[in-house]
Amino acid sequence: MIGIEHYVVVSAILFVLGVLGIFLNRKNVIVILMAIELILLSVNINFVAFSAFLHDLVGQVFAMFVLTVAAGEAAIGLAILVIYFRARGTIAVDDVNRMKG
Amino acid sequence: MHPIILIVFLPLVAAIVAGLGRDLIGKVPAKAITTAALFASCALSWPIFLGFVAGGAEATVVPVLQWVKSGDLDFAWALRVDTLTAVMLVVVTSVSALVHLYSWGYMDEDPDQPRFFAYLSLFTFAMLMLVTADNLVQMFFGWEGVGLASYLLIGFWFRKPSANAAAMKAFVVNRVGDLGFMLGIFGTFLVFGTVSIPEILAAAPGMAGSTIGFLGQRFDTMTVLCILLFIGAMGKSAQLGLHTWLPDAMEGPTPVSALIHAATMVTAGVFMVCRLSPMFETSPVALGFVTFIGAATCFFAATVGTTQTDIKRVIAYSTCSQLGYMFFAAGVGAYGAAMFHLFTHAFFKALLFLVAGSVIHAMHHELDMRYYGGLRKSIPLTFWAMMAGTLAITGVGIVDVAGFAGFYSKDAILEAAFARGTELSTFAFGVGIFAALLTSFYSWRLMFLTFYGKPRWEQSEHIQHAVHDAHGHGEHHGHDAHGDHAHGSDGTAGYHPHESPLSMLIPLGVLSIGAVLAGFVFHGTFISEGIGEFWKGSIAFDEHLIHAMHEVPEWVKWAPFGVMLTGFVIAYYSYIANPAFPAACARQFGPLYRFLLNKWYWDELYGAIFIRPAMALGRLFWKVGDVGVIDRFGPNGAAWVVAQSSRAAVKLQSGYLNSYALVMLVGLVGAVSWAIAQ
Repeated sequence: MIGIEHYVVVSAILFVLGVLGIFLNRKNVIVILMAIELILLSVNINFVAFSAFLHDLVGQVFAMFVLTVAAGEAAIGLAILVIYFRARGTIAVDDVNRMKG
Repeated sequence: MHPIILIVFLPLVAAIVAGLGRDLIGKVPAKAITTAALFASCALSWPIFLGFVAGGAEATVVPVLQWVKSGDLDFAWALRVDTLTAVMLVVVTSVSALVHLYSWGYMDEDPDQPRFFAYLSLFTFAMLMLVTADNLVQMFFGWEGVGLASYLLIGFWFRKPSANAAAMKAFVVNRVGDLGFMLGIFGTFLVFGTVSIPEILAAAPGMAGSTIGFLGQRFDTMTVLCILLFIGAMGKSAQLGLHTWLPDAMEGPTPVSALIHAATMVTAGVFMVCRLSPMFETSPVALGFVTFIGAATCFFAATVGTTQTDIKRVIAYSTCSQLGYMFFAAGVGAYGAAMFHLFTHAFFKALLFLVAGSVIHAMHHELDMRYYGGLRKSIPLTFWAMMAGTLAITGVGIVDVAGFAGFYSKDAILEAAFARGTELSTFAFGVGIFAALLTSFYSWRLMFLTFYGKPRWEQSEHIQHAVHDAHGHGEHHGHDAHGDHAHGSDGTAGYHPHESPLSMLIPLGVLSIGAVLAGFVFHGTFISEGIGEFWKGSIAFDEHLIHAMHEVPEWVKWAPFGVMLTGFVIAYYSYIANPAFPAACARQFGPLYRFLLNKWYWDELYGAIFIRPAMALGRLFWKVGDVGVIDRFGPNGAAWVVAQSSRAAVKLQSGYLNSYALVMLVGLVGAVSWAIAQ
């Protein structure tokens, strides 16, 4: 029998993978965007799992909202990336440090 | 308005206008204003002096304004005009006015002339303030004023390190004397409860014999006060021990040497002792001290003067020696003779310095007499002025007939020292006679080395520069230059000195008249019997001493004449008849010669006792105390902490988005954990 614990564990593993993907990634910015997607999906799993477990539809509705926002976020993120690449000629994470004072 | 107000304040106004407004009014007006102000002061001073000579004038005090009124301490700016002041007024304003005029010629090529003239006028103002002072604080104001002005003037060529060093030396050595003077003023106020000079002098005899606690001991009050005041005079008048600044002060322009270091500033000490003479009269010990220091200085400076080769230094040591005469005259109670010597000395010493300036001008700033020689023919007017000065300083004259200025005043001093009859005054008499021999020797030595013999300036760097420049300018006179080289063996290297401009020769002429006639005209006024009517109580005088002076044995009257002649003969033999003799002497008496050449090693002695320990102490405080402790833990330490912490903060701001996200996450986790733990 698959219980709520399994969902939560999977979601937690995905979340941690996402977070580590942001911090440990030294390659390029697309990986960061993917890691953010991963975090959002892990959250979605939590929402849906608890929604089924608690018989509360609000969780599933919230998951739909998150999907929508994630799609928008991915679109904007990719757009920024394209512009950035045009301007600087690179999207390597190590080179993206213009905020350094 | 009493003319004294104009006399004193015209130079100040001129100094301010020329000094602060020199960019507005231009160079020539600045020079003209200061010179005109001084001539006006001079013109106003002579009638006052002649009024006292004629006997009609009375001593007056002209109030200017209230200065300090605080409890017992109450004094005002007031200008005192009595005989003593009148004598100083003519000395200061006459010499100063002539020096101003002389500077037109001498400083002609200097780019900073308005500043120079402003300093000269400022100096004159300070000196006039000193001599007209009615209370000790005002005198101290003038005293410090001349100190300041002398610092500015000695260091006038401030780009020259030696001039700066000399200016500082003069200021610092004077400070030592000023400390004594200040303590004397404080003590006087403590004892008498007033700083007004007439009140102090009136109360002084009543204080004789009382004692005062000083440095944990009981001393005679008047002795302590007089010696402290005299230490101030020693500093200003360059007496033995505090004399080291005077020769170095020759770094300043020559007109300054004439004004400050010959005729006026250095006489401030003598003036002060004479002004306070009733006070000094109450303490035989202090008078003995004055006599001893004066005689010692007189002897010391005369011996050093015989070996110096720098023309201005010879004259500087001669000043020092003549001041010694004035002090021991004051010490034996002959204040009138001291003031008379001050008066005549001002004329001939200013003359000697200005002549030296004229020679230096002609010789392109070569100061070493070994490079002069034979100048008599090329600069004859300067030569005759120097002759007048030399005859005056050596005291040429026939007893009971006539003589040059120094003859009257120096003989009066020597006679007074003999007539006083104490052991110390007899010692001073002997020293004075010997110093007169040396004076005659070094004066004629200067004369012979400079004006007689053959030209010797071939080797002088200054002259070589001058000749070189002349050749550079006049290339088309090529064959002339070659001609010069051809007969360069005459020691001139093709350089021919020229007489100075008229602005320099007029002061020389006027002062020459003073040097020749000042003694003859005024000796009756200053030192004859019945001078009480002339001085009118402005100095202490002793009718018995005056009387005794005229009763001295014939040989005492003729002794100065004899030694003067001896000095002349020795100088003639050494520098005209047998020029190899001085060098042979120097070899024969090597240690003595070096001792004199190095000025008795005073500078070395002070260097070892005061300067080097002070420098070491200063370096200790600087390196260890200031740099090592205060800077290290103070400003530098604080700056180090800030730099280190900012370096750490810089590392946080990497510019990488993911690091920021990590920090946000850590912060979020922390905040949530804290919220849950609550």
